[in-house]
Amino acid sequence: MITQHRILELLDYVKDPEIPAINVLELGVVRSVEVEESGKAIITITPTYTGCPAMDVMAADIKKELLEAGVPEVEVKMTLSPAWTTDWITEEGKRKLKEYGIAPPEKSADIRALKGEQPVVQCPQCNSKNTVMLSLFGSTACKALWKCQDCLEPFDQFKCL
Amino acid sequence: MSQNNALFTYTLRLADDLLILSQRLGEWCGHGPILEEDIALTNRALDHLGEARNLLTYAGQVEGKGRSEDNLAYLRMERQFTNVKLMEQPNGDYAHTMVRSFLFDAYHLPLMQALLKSSDEQLAAIAGKAVKEATYHLRASSEWIIRFGDGTEESHQRAQTALDDLWTYTGELFEIDPVLEEMTKAGIAPDITAIKESWSKTVDQVLAEATLKRPADAFMMTGGRKGLHSEHMGFILAEMQHVTRAYPGVEW
Repeated sequence: MITQHRILELLDYVKDPEIPAINVLELGVVRSVEVEESGKAIITITPTYTGCPAMDVMAADIKKELLEAGVPEVEVKMTLSPAWTTDWITEEGKRKLKEYGIAPPEKSADIRALKGEQPVVQCPQCNSKNTVMLSLFGSTACKALWKCQDCLEPFDQFKCL
Repeated sequence: MSQNNALFTYTLRLADDLLILSQRLGEWCGHGPILEEDIALTNRALDHLGEARNLLTYAGQVEGKGRSEDNLAYLRMERQFTNVKLMEQPNGDYAHTMVRSFLFDAYHLPLMQALLKSSDEQLAAIAGKAVKEATYHLRASSEWIIRFGDGTEESHQRAQTALDDLWTYTGELFEIDPVLEEMTKAGIAPDITAIKESWSKTVDQVLAEATLKRPADAFMMTGGRKGLHSEHMGFILAEMQHVTRAYPGVEW
């Protein structure tokens, strides 16, 4: 029978469909993994952004990965509470985001974030802090569009929520 | 009216406002004035749609007749939609679109903040997700109102016109009727007068910075909550529902 440990290993392979650099565990959306006596696995995930179309794909990908690995039955549940925050992205996840060219979110408890001020965002290419926001909204629900004033490259920033 | 009926109606109202606004904003897709704004409007539409989906799903569960989110969105008739008329107003120019969203955002944020404390756990959970996005939306629309109002003569004039045109639709957001009274009494809905105060304060602050004039409260439109809509509503539903109507049972 498949163990919870094995399922977690398998979830390592399920990537965020819109940001394939990180997996669902690093993204922090997996809330719990249960294995029933029958061998049925119940994975509970929490949506990142309310309207994020990637969530349905993620749920389907989790199902596919586990079924292919021989889990007899898989159920993916969604829970809204407690609400996901960008703080749940693991340190490893943040490092991978940066490597992929996306500035990771700052901590939501950051004083600037709490006051609703513009964060200081480091360019993921050249590490310069001389950056400017171009648009509050970016290519996906979770990102804003920024530009580096030093290397002049535009880049995505993972919004802090 | 049983409390269950009132909760169904209340949840549906919250959902319909977001669904119809989302549909309107989606019309901008591919037509935005600049690429960034095109993306911003559709992102905004997506956030509203996501929240509407959560609320519609919950409304269906509360009703207990097996109606799904799709069922409620695609198979109701015009008279069964309970959104305020503000949401169905045409996009107009960019000032109209932004003023419409700003007037809604300034109401939506305090509403979601208050719903966090709702005695209904599911509404509180939905608000818990929505409140962060609502903060973001209000910030974005406020910035545009200030930029328009305090911008060129032309942009100022257009923003003021949009504000004057849409003001008559704002009264409906704060209407009190037996459904709301019952929900407020049960601790499910927040006190709407407190939401109005907060809305009014935000509107005053942003308009002052934008050098725009707050229109006087005169005749206020009504009827949306009872399913009586403006002439625009049928066209919105025709576009939104035609695929499901043409191919019953279709899913994607």
